[in-house]
Amino acid sequence: MSYIALSDQDKKEMLARIGVSSVDELFGCLPDEIKLKRKLNLREALTEPELLRRFEELSAKNSYVDHLSFLGAGIYRHFIPTVVDSLSSRGEFLTPYTPYQPEISQGTLQVIFEYQTLICQLTGMDVSNASLYDGAMAAAEAVLMANRLNGRPKVLVARSLHPQYRETIRTYVKNLGVRIEEIAFGDCGGIQTEDLLKHLDKNTSAVLVQSPNFFGAVEELKKFCDLAHQHQALFIVAVAEAASLGVLEAPGQIGADIVCGEAQSFGLAPSFGGPHLGFMACKKEHLRQLPGRIGGQTKDVDGRRGFVLTLSTREQHIRREKATSNICTNQAWCALRATMFLETLGQDGLREWAVQNIQKADYALGRLTAVTGIKARFTGPVFNEFVLEFSRDVQAVEAGLRAKGIVGGLGLKGFYPELAPCALFCVTEVHTKAEIDRLAVALEEVLR
Amino acid sequence: MYPNHFRYTKDHEWVEVKGDIATIGITDYAQNHLGDVVYVELPAPGKHLDVHQTIGSIESVKAVSEVFSPVSGEVLEANGDLNGSPEVVNQDPHGKGWIIRLKMGNKGDLEKLLSAADYEKYLEGLEA
Repeated sequence: MSYIALSDQDKKEMLARIGVSSVDELFGCLPDEIKLKRKLNLREALTEPELLRRFEELSAKNSYVDHLSFLGAGIYRHFIPTVVDSLSSRGEFLTPYTPYQPEISQGTLQVIFEYQTLICQLTGMDVSNASLYDGAMAAAEAVLMANRLNGRPKVLVARSLHPQYRETIRTYVKNLGVRIEEIAFGDCGGIQTEDLLKHLDKNTSAVLVQSPNFFGAVEELKKFCDLAHQHQALFIVAVAEAASLGVLEAPGQIGADIVCGEAQSFGLAPSFGGPHLGFMACKKEHLRQLPGRIGGQTKDVDGRRGFVLTLSTREQHIRREKATSNICTNQAWCALRATMFLETLGQDGLREWAVQNIQKADYALGRLTAVTGIKARFTGPVFNEFVLEFSRDVQAVEAGLRAKGIVGGLGLKGFYPELAPCALFCVTEVHTKAEIDRLAVALEEVLR
Repeated sequence: MYPNHFRYTKDHEWVEVKGDIATIGITDYAQNHLGDVVYVELPAPGKHLDVHQTIGSIESVKAVSEVFSPVSGEVLEANGDLNGSPEVVNQDPHGKGWIIRLKMGNKGDLEKLLSAADYEKYLEGLEA
């Protein structure tokens, strides 16, 4: 029986199978007074051509496709090679869920293993999990993990960490007796060393720094990592723009204990905010406290290479309330797309891609700060985002740009009252020089 | 099998006391029922433990089990050898497979524990 059609014949067969003669008899046990005596208030069914037209009308209301956008702030527009869409939408890849049974899930498990290998290579860490929901969750899980590892009650979080990541962390630790303290940022856009030193002590469980940070600035990770370790605190690096890993030094190389972040940039569309891809990796010695699924390589009884989910005793279905996390699944399909994206680009392609982001952002920063009424808010080196300070009200600037078909940067007033005259702009490889120039000209006109 | 100078719990931990230092491990019965031990989660030195508080956990190929402290006190040392060779818990549960040493807070805690003879009698009841 097809599951799509519901013909009278289908209904008759189903009723016959369960041994009742009519739908009325099936619901006969229900009191008459609670039964709805009329049809549901629904529109008449549409034909397929009518339905397609209806959806086209609705999707035409999305004006974003006609706008030139410079939004970033945690979600990035990057080119996605067609091969990623084409391969990842194959039924074998699109439909599997978390692979509990290795007997029937070798393909999915191998992809997870390859994904973990790529994350380890990019982050410079020993072990990666099979993915988490998104970067904010990964950051929160990293904070909990640090607390499990050393039991200390205080976590220092850079104020230059994505505001929504900080909010998620606060939600996660709210009832756990873990205290979050924020470390101020300086004029370079990165965290202030003196302020970090002021807060670091023997109660510090971990220091969490995002790089490139929310303002696009590259943090001095090595210095902060060494300071954290001097106080036996763990050092956590969050990466919200995974493209940066193609060119910046792997956090593991500078001594990070845990690396977490968002890998949406690897082959996943912004899609109004999700589904995206949280990643998390750590040093081998911390493996037992890593949350989430882990795929492993093994041998079957005949000595052939095979893949399984491994170290499951950390997880909820085995450990119950003692588990490392309540996550019991992963973003397998998003991780699959990331794997396809990275393997399509390859090592050289990944670097070239990242360098293009730096170069275009650098051009844009130079071009835009040459406009009268605009200056760079911070001095530090950036990856593909930067904060601009305006002589005019940011909201008026945004409105002016929008009237010209441009979505400018993200106004920062709501996230950072101290940065009210500022907006965060993102430029990636998808922006052409002509588009950057168009933004500059539009800003000149708006600010005139 | 079960040393006479040890004291035992019904959760299958043993404790050996010298002065005010208590060495704690799991019994041969416990290791036998757990099967091959693959990981022992150890506490940090300096941690205070109450009677029956969780010391850590022992993971075998079959299950994960908590280890409870038979007595109260402060953790002096955890058996770091178990990090690299957790199988020692199976091979020598009453000796090299010890889990922690504790500075005892209250010697009276010992009075509630079982003697070797009582523990063996208790095991016979479990097997029956």
